[in-house]
Amino acid sequence: MAVTAPATGSAAPPAAAPRGLATVTPEHLRRRYRRDRFMIGLLVLATAAVLVPLLIIVWYVVSNGISAVLTFDFYTQDLGSPARALQGRPTGLGHTILGTIVVDALALLIAVPIGVGAGIMLSEYPDHPLNPVLRILNDTLNGMPAILKGLLAFSLIVKPMGTFSGISGAVALAFVMLPIIARATEGVLRIIPWSIREAGLALGLPRWRVVLNTVLPAARVGVVTGILIAFARAAGEAAPLLFTSFGNNFFSSTPLRYLMGPVDTLPARLYSLAISPYKEWHAMGWGAAVILLVLVIVTFVGTRIVTRARHATDL
Amino acid sequence: MDRALTASERIRLPTRPIYRRLGDRLFQIVVVALGLSIIALALLLAEVLFTDGLEPLRRFGFWGFLTGTTWDPVRGVHGTWPFLVGTLITAIASLALSFFPAIGVAIFSAEYAPRWLAGIVDTIVDLLAAVPSVVVGIWGIFVLVPLMQSHVYLPVYFWAFENAPGLLPVLGPPAGYNLVTAIIVLALMIVPYTTALARDAIRLVPRSQREAARALGATRWEVMRMAVLPYARGAITAGAILSLGRAIGETMAVAMLVGNSNTLPFTFFGPAATMPSVIVNEFREAVEDLHLASLMTVGFYLFLISLTVNLIAAWLQRKLAVGGRSL
Amino acid sequence: MRTLLALAASLLIAAQAQNVELLGAGATFPAPLVTAMADEYRDVTGGRVTVNYQSIGSGGGIRQFTEQTVMFGMTEAFLNDAQLADIAAAGGGVAFNLPITLGDVVPTYNLPGVAKGLVFDGDTLAEIFLGNVTTWADPQIGALNPGVRLPPLPITVVHRSDGSGTTNIWTSFLTKVSPAWADRVGFATSVNWPTGIGGNGNEGVAGVVQKTPGAIGYNSLVYAVLNDIAYGYVENKSGNVIEPSLTATSLAADVPLPSDTRILVTDTEAPDGYPIAGFAWMLMYENLDANNAIATRAQAEELLKFVLWAITDGQDLAEPLSFSRIPAAVLQLNLDMIRQMKFQGEDLGAQVLAAAGY
Repeated sequence: MAVTAPATGSAAPPAAAPRGLATVTPEHLRRRYRRDRFMIGLLVLATAAVLVPLLIIVWYVVSNGISAVLTFDFYTQDLGSPARALQGRPTGLGHTILGTIVVDALALLIAVPIGVGAGIMLSEYPDHPLNPVLRILNDTLNGMPAILKGLLAFSLIVKPMGTFSGISGAVALAFVMLPIIARATEGVLRIIPWSIREAGLALGLPRWRVVLNTVLPAARVGVVTGILIAFARAAGEAAPLLFTSFGNNFFSSTPLRYLMGPVDTLPARLYSLAISPYKEWHAMGWGAAVILLVLVIVTFVGTRIVTRARHATDL
Repeated sequence: MDRALTASERIRLPTRPIYRRLGDRLFQIVVVALGLSIIALALLLAEVLFTDGLEPLRRFGFWGFLTGTTWDPVRGVHGTWPFLVGTLITAIASLALSFFPAIGVAIFSAEYAPRWLAGIVDTIVDLLAAVPSVVVGIWGIFVLVPLMQSHVYLPVYFWAFENAPGLLPVLGPPAGYNLVTAIIVLALMIVPYTTALARDAIRLVPRSQREAARALGATRWEVMRMAVLPYARGAITAGAILSLGRAIGETMAVAMLVGNSNTLPFTFFGPAATMPSVIVNEFREAVEDLHLASLMTVGFYLFLISLTVNLIAAWLQRKLAVGGRSL
Repeated sequence: MRTLLALAASLLIAAQAQNVELLGAGATFPAPLVTAMADEYRDVTGGRVTVNYQSIGSGGGIRQFTEQTVMFGMTEAFLNDAQLADIAAAGGGVAFNLPITLGDVVPTYNLPGVAKGLVFDGDTLAEIFLGNVTTWADPQIGALNPGVRLPPLPITVVHRSDGSGTTNIWTSFLTKVSPAWADRVGFATSVNWPTGIGGNGNEGVAGVVQKTPGAIGYNSLVYAVLNDIAYGYVENKSGNVIEPSLTATSLAADVPLPSDTRILVTDTEAPDGYPIAGFAWMLMYENLDANNAIATRAQAEELLKFVLWAITDGQDLAEPLSFSRIPAAVLQLNLDMIRQMKFQGEDLGAQVLAAAGY
């Protein structure tokens, strides 16, 4: 997430004191302190109003999905037809979880080198004439709705390939990750003091080795955090996957088909399960929501651990 | 490539500078190529949406498609106005609904809460920002909609039916899937985002600013109101506009809850549609070429709107940045 | 290392030759049946053939079929002449519509205190969906239902938000019975609704009707039964009020059929047929190799075998899942169409039929 710069320094000089700050009468003071306490109450209320509904969502997801997630079939079986669920035959989302892993991993594979490379360009070649353009377009891309990136992947990959595929889904998700990784990489590389680079150059190291062997390792933690944040964002996206990786009710017949053929992914399957008319599928939808939530939370905790490790080494 | 150079460097010390320059050149080429690919991607996005959606633009004209109120695949008449209206209403209303609570949380966490509590609040807020849209959607379908329907929409509608029939055309027949539901859910989804941006803005206000106010004997709230908030105002505004962009592009939860009606006028309790929701609903299923192209055109307008919103936010950030610390 | 790679590659190719994955997409209504067939067929072939069917709506089925991203499409709206011409022009040759099952669309409603069985006629339904009849207390509804106490609730019309064959059947019925509807709206897989809420899929409509007192929508009978939603009876062309059922639906198709099966049996002439019914068709190319989604002869052959199985043995799955079997006359027409299918000029369809004893 972008750290916004502080606002204009000249704004609101503190000298512009409120009326009556100087005329201290007991009544005045009491009123001001009452007001202060009132505002604290209001702020606590606002915090509760924001956090409570969101925690309620998490609670509902977990309590509704836990029974589905705790079965063995959920991980080992594929979905098949609704008749399976209705008749109590084994059914699960094993193929969906597998598909999600393939698509997400491939998306990372595509997005990380490009994103980190673009970040290096922005921070290590600050005078490159294309940098302002890159920065603006990268931010633009970051602000674009994910569904448009799905449309792009549809036009670029699905149409020429002639079929929906795991690859096209991965490309769409990579489009989501890219700008976040590029932005985060630039941010952390810039924090690395120039003296480190100068030290390397003074030792006679070529610039590319300074970047790869000194600057990047020093910024490793920040880069990894950026990648994890990008991953968490993309892993929950369903909209770009609906017309790229499409969906599948079964395990693919060969490993290659996970890349070349339509595959299931958790967010897209969750959508179709949620709007289906079968109670049994609703339960599996909640289960899919739990898995997604766990995936996001694990990623998130990962960023926290990584960040904490950095603070520890700082000391 | 790089490895080979490293090895040759070690062996042939005298020619090292040449290889070094070659290595640097190669490295720069690779890095710039990677950077260029992002530029290409952004331009390609605009280009694809434009060319794939060109036919409706040709047929109805740029303004004609923008202001066209009919979306009729049977007769081949397409206009994006209903979806534009739906998108703007849901995005602006959800921002209005979530802005003050978000600022409240940001102030509480940045200024009031003890460090341990602020840490917890921040962690939860950041975590919630990552909750996937579809997860919020499934909760909306099975929990929020039935709840709102029986406790809000129907009682209000029946009350209006007996006491204020004039309100009925504005309220519309109560369907659980409607504008209000979509706005509530959108507000929930952008609140963590607005909060995080505002919190960062407030934390960046220099200490001296606060101390000066406190030295004058200001209470904590007065310090906030006089010294901190005015200083962070620009960054908070920019953050709010970025959140607006988020709300405009939010797709799945809205598509699951907004009711999907392509005809104006929209009512509070009646169904509506947004630009992303119509794309998700109809893209895989459009039969006619014109219908499919029109969805691409809607995507193109969505691109233009997102671009405008993001440029405004970037401009605000730059304009209000201090001493060249622009982003 | 190299030999290892070669080994892995040959294993991959071998695995691919053995296992075949067929890809289809389209109508949501027959999805429970087709996916159940896929389940069963995988068992029948010992796990060798997987049929991946994604329910994305009839409009999507036609679109993906013409874009050649799927091996077969499914739709409740047959390919019209313009679409057939487009496909032929694009090099696909003739495209066949093979009925797999019959669909029926029932008016579903949510009226507190009123059970299923409310009677509608075509004109009333058209007036409601045009937005002209706006309350359940309207005398037009009352006249059809003497003795039923209708609550004075406002009518909330619910329709599909996606391209849908169910919509096609429903609107084609309204078009046939109401000149006003034909004039203002017409029929297609997605239309410009004069009024109402859109739900995504049969699922979405069923969900909204269920949760909204005063709502009226249209669903496949299966969805109404599965979700326990009240549904109405509809007066047919002969003036009989028909309760929707599998039998009444099959009877609707008891009319003279053209050899390409492209016929709308809505507003059927059959005296005991349910008037809002239609086929769900599987879409296939005559020249299977013309479809980009089909790469090999093996895929084409397995696809033909699956289709043959689906219209014969596979039909046994239909009735337990509340789907109608295709009538014998339709099976015969289907076999005739399969017989014409080729792969690179080879009469693969006839071979598959002969091998199975047809």
